[in-house]
Amino acid sequence: MEDRLISIEGIAKRYPAAAGGQTTIFEDLWLRVGRGEFVCVIGHSGCGKTTVLNILAGLDAPSAGAVIVDGREISGPSLDRAVIFQGHALLPWKTVLGNVAYAVASRWPKASKAEIEARATRAIATVGLAGAEGKRPAELSGGMKQRVGIARALAIEPKILLMDEPFSALDALTRGTLQEEARRICRETGQTVYMITHDVDEAIYLADKIVLMTNGPGARIAEIVVNPLPADRRQGAIHHDPNYYALRNHLIDFLVSRSKTFRDDPPAGYDPRHPPVVRLDGGVAAPPLPSAAPKLRAVAT
Amino acid sequence: MTTTARLQALAVSALILAVFLALWQIGVSGSGPAQEMDPEYAKLMGATATQGKSAMPGPLDVGRTIWGHLRDPFYDKGPNDKGIGIQLAHSVARVGTGYLLAVLVAIPVGFLVGMSPLMSRALDPYIQLLKPVSPLAWMPLALYTIKDSGISAVFVIFICSLWPMLINTAFGVASVRREWLNVARTLEVGPLRRAFTIILPAAAPTILTGMRISIGIAWLVIVAAEMLVGGTGIGYFVWNEWNNLSITNVITSILVIGIVGMILDQLLAQAQRLVTFPE
Ligand SMILES: Nc1ncnc2c1ncn2[C@@H]1O[C@H](COP(=O)(O)OP(=O)(O)O)[C@@H](O)[C@H]1O
Ligand SMILES: [Mg+2]
Repeated sequence: MEDRLISIEGIAKRYPAAAGGQTTIFEDLWLRVGRGEFVCVIGHSGCGKTTVLNILAGLDAPSAGAVIVDGREISGPSLDRAVIFQGHALLPWKTVLGNVAYAVASRWPKASKAEIEARATRAIATVGLAGAEGKRPAELSGGMKQRVGIARALAIEPKILLMDEPFSALDALTRGTLQEEARRICRETGQTVYMITHDVDEAIYLADKIVLMTNGPGARIAEIVVNPLPADRRQGAIHHDPNYYALRNHLIDFLVSRSKTFRDDPPAGYDPRHPPVVRLDGGVAAPPLPSAAPKLRAVAT
Repeated sequence: MTTTARLQALAVSALILAVFLALWQIGVSGSGPAQEMDPEYAKLMGATATQGKSAMPGPLDVGRTIWGHLRDPFYDKGPNDKGIGIQLAHSVARVGTGYLLAVLVAIPVGFLVGMSPLMSRALDPYIQLLKPVSPLAWMPLALYTIKDSGISAVFVIFICSLWPMLINTAFGVASVRREWLNVARTLEVGPLRRAFTIILPAAAPTILTGMRISIGIAWLVIVAAEMLVGGTGIGYFVWNEWNNLSITNVITSILVIGIVGMILDQLLAQAQRLVTFPE
């Protein structure tokens, strides 16, 4: 059995509808994330990805169900779960060092000022911003701001890193570099990551598992796709992997057609408590296989 | 603005001033001596009647008066003859006291109103009712209860400074970006630390806007308040000089009141710049 860090257990989110009834954004949502796993969630905008992430962060409460982290039900935000916000959310009146040190001081309230600054400086160096400690957010480019956001989240050594489309506002080049660094840092520290993206290639490069969410209202987790690419994959070279196109086609296919039809026409035997885990095997780079031909295999957890 | 544009604006400003001073001088200069007047009678009537001189002082007269005040702003020759500097100091002290008291009340209460929707709704009718009342309307009540004209003037300043600061603080606090509050929440920052490290800096530019509006209003009101309560202050000085028919001193006061008001406003504008950070 895997070492389970996060367990989302049957959560739902409902809002009062304009007509007087209720809109169910999603319900009966179940998902487990193992320690050290990098999970990417993809799905159309409005299906409730951010809502799920906010519930995981403790910033929002589910209408039903619970989230268990490290064996305990969460009841609010915690320093164990760091959030990297889509809009970076840096405090404009603080410097880069000030922003990161603020988080460090919150995590270790009894630490000395020197200790706090040392930790913050180290985190800033990790994201490649050494030398920019004294700058204010307004003086930074979009990519640098997001780096500070990452440094702030990593500096508190969280159990879980929650990221909501962290790189979507960046230009392609910056995005590539940041993805690479994020992957390196998270692998080096064994960081558990739950990340939302709408970029299929980003999910393929970063994720160990890709969670597919159907369209709302009443969104569900359609399936969990295990990334067949080797762990030492390189940014910019993933499309040379023999499994890349099968995986990419599978994801695109889901986003284009199955995300709409899944809710009303779920596959036979679909159990929302155990969304099917899909492995796209085949090609030469994959682990030993009975068949060389690419095929889809659904396995219940 | 480019340097040339700034120089042009400066040149036009100087031109307007020159034209104004020239028209003023022409407007008040005499129409020549009156014909065949009994010298005794002429002496009795003064220059206004005999020389056709206007009762309105010219810019040169005002300039001389200003120079006189500047040379000795702090003399004190009894209750009705004090230097303009002393009078200004009284006014500034009253405004400062009333204003600081208002800051001490408005900012905490504004925080409360901004953070609590309940308090916001509960206090709103009172704020809406009291805000449009002219601060001078409080004067009789203040004189009756406090029984001291100087403190009553301070109270009037307090009341008139209160509302803009209170309303702006509440608004600034209520509209702190949700993102920043979420940062504090995910970092498990306690309420007091959040108030001082997130809400206060985030709302500071809006609070300072309220403080700037307040100091402007306070400086407007102090002149009227001192005209009513008398004794000391620049408002009293203006009224006293009007009773003395010293129009030069009245004009000088108008200039001085304008300059002090401008300085107070600029001080707060500077403070506002210090707490405003672009995103
Ligand atoms: N306060 C709210 N009241 C009503 N509906 C809401 C509220 N917040 C979010 N929603 C709805 O919930 C759905 C999911 O939103 P969100 O989680 O932001 O989606 P995603 O991140 O997948 O784009 C959207 O359709 C949105 O309109
Ligand atoms: Mg979203």
